[in-house]
Amino acid sequence: MIKVNHLNKQFGDTPILRDVSTAFERGKTNLIIGSSGSGKTVFLKCLLGLYRPDSGQILYSDKPFSKMDNNERKELRQKIGMVFQGGALFDSMTVEENVMFPLRMFTDQTEQEMIHSVNEVLSRVNLNNANKKFPSEISGGMQKRVAIARAIVNNPRYLFCDEPNSGLDPKTAMVIDNLIQEITQEYDITTIINTHDMNSVMEIGQNIVFLQYGKVAWEGNANTIFNADKQEVIDFVYSSNLFKKIREIQRSK
Amino acid sequence: MKHFTEIGAYFLMLGQVFKRPTKRSVLKELILKEVEELILNSLGIVVFISFFVGGVVSIQTALNINNPLIPDLLVGFATRQSVILEFAPTFISIIMAGKIGSFITSSIGSMRVTEQIDALEVMGINSLNYLVFPKIIALLFYPFVIGIAMFLGIFGGWIATVYGGFSSSAAFIEGVQSKFIPFHLIYAFIKSFVFAFILATVPSFKGYYMTGGALEVGKASTAAFVWTSVIIIIANYVITILLLS
Ligand SMILES: Nc1ncnc2c1ncn2[C@@H]1O[C@H](COP(=O)(O)OP(=O)(O)O)[C@@H](O)[C@H]1O
Ligand SMILES: [Mg+2]
Repeated sequence: MIKVNHLNKQFGDTPILRDVSTAFERGKTNLIIGSSGSGKTVFLKCLLGLYRPDSGQILYSDKPFSKMDNNERKELRQKIGMVFQGGALFDSMTVEENVMFPLRMFTDQTEQEMIHSVNEVLSRVNLNNANKKFPSEISGGMQKRVAIARAIVNNPRYLFCDEPNSGLDPKTAMVIDNLIQEITQEYDITTIINTHDMNSVMEIGQNIVFLQYGKVAWEGNANTIFNADKQEVIDFVYSSNLFKKIREIQRSK
Repeated sequence: MKHFTEIGAYFLMLGQVFKRPTKRSVLKELILKEVEELILNSLGIVVFISFFVGGVVSIQTALNINNPLIPDLLVGFATRQSVILEFAPTFISIIMAGKIGSFITSSIGSMRVTEQIDALEVMGINSLNYLVFPKIIALLFYPFVIGIAMFLGIFGGWIATVYGGFSSSAAFIEGVQSKFIPFHLIYAFIKSFVFAFILATVPSFKGYYMTGGALEVGKASTAAFVWTSVIIIIANYVITILLLS
């Protein structure tokens, strides 16, 4: 469980996050949605401690992040898995070495045990024949899946994903969404996903925070979003031609 | 003003580099990799440049001695002095600012813009220690590179002198051995250590704190070369005043 109270963040004179308060529950896939530039990435990076908020509080299991000392932060971070928007794979390492990295850093597993875990997560993300390839030698979609494998290999308690299926074909996108949801429920972890993809909203939107100009404009889930009475949310949902068409058909009935 | 805050940020960075060390076994591998990339991969160009510049130094000296009162052994003497005092430690370091420096800045800079540094930080790894410390340790071997440059510079001078018919081998070697002051060698190696530290840390600083995208990585590499050279030249001046005057 992660709680956020009155979070503010600005770059220079431009406010990016404005009085954001919300909560992300354990065992659920929590979505942060909003159009590009609405502050989703900045919000995630504040949660991770990569950006220091100007004011407000972030609580991990009721413990404020700002009050943690170096050791507590280090301990917390080893329980966090993060999938960056561009993958952020280490390009000097092979796929296998990338996924193995958290294990090598934070566990005392033998080489054999590590390779076993690596192969296990790589098959979960449907990547079986790329172990010895370098990130530059595989496609963007494959890189994303490696990034997911690296994020979950050390059994995190918190999983953060910044647009995990942007740039993926719809089928792979759905596989990734379902995988994230499966892991979330199976290990009962707190998962937060940034997205502007309506398919993901429908598929895994168990809890949704809608950000606009850095403000929480709406909260709900996949079932309530279609009945939202807030104009910005409606605009966001029906910015997709497919949903626009469906609405037209429904109205003409 | 901007330069002062940058200098402050540089020293704060150095503080972080030596804190919260990376796991030992991993650090060992990182250091070996840096030794290969920064030291071993630089040897080729250093060998090439030292040999030929040493040759040119001796030829120039020989050509400028027309006066029969000046003994032939001056060629060897002048070659030794200029190679050991300036050419090997300083000139080679400027070349290395171009080679190692832009390599370090572009590799750390591209890790910054593709969020690889964020990825390290999120995992609770001290990215400055992880990235910069192994480079500093690897560059402790840098004075060896300079030693090789000294030897080959003088060797190149000897070849050029003897085969160019400027003076006899015996006169050159006598010149190389004459009036040798051991402290000059110590001075040169002290410089090399200081330059090595600058070569490891200034380009790292430029790469680590950059923002933007691929284009900015290129700009940062160029800026790193300029700044590293400028700082090496200033350090050279200060060390020379402190140790030799
Ligand atoms: N490091 C930064 N410095 C200055 N402005 C930034 C920085 N990071 C993001 N921004 C600005 O913050 C706003 C929100 O960005 P971001 O969180 O990346 O949006 P998104 O919702 O698409 O992820 C954008 O206007 C962006 O220009
Ligand atoms: Mg974003």
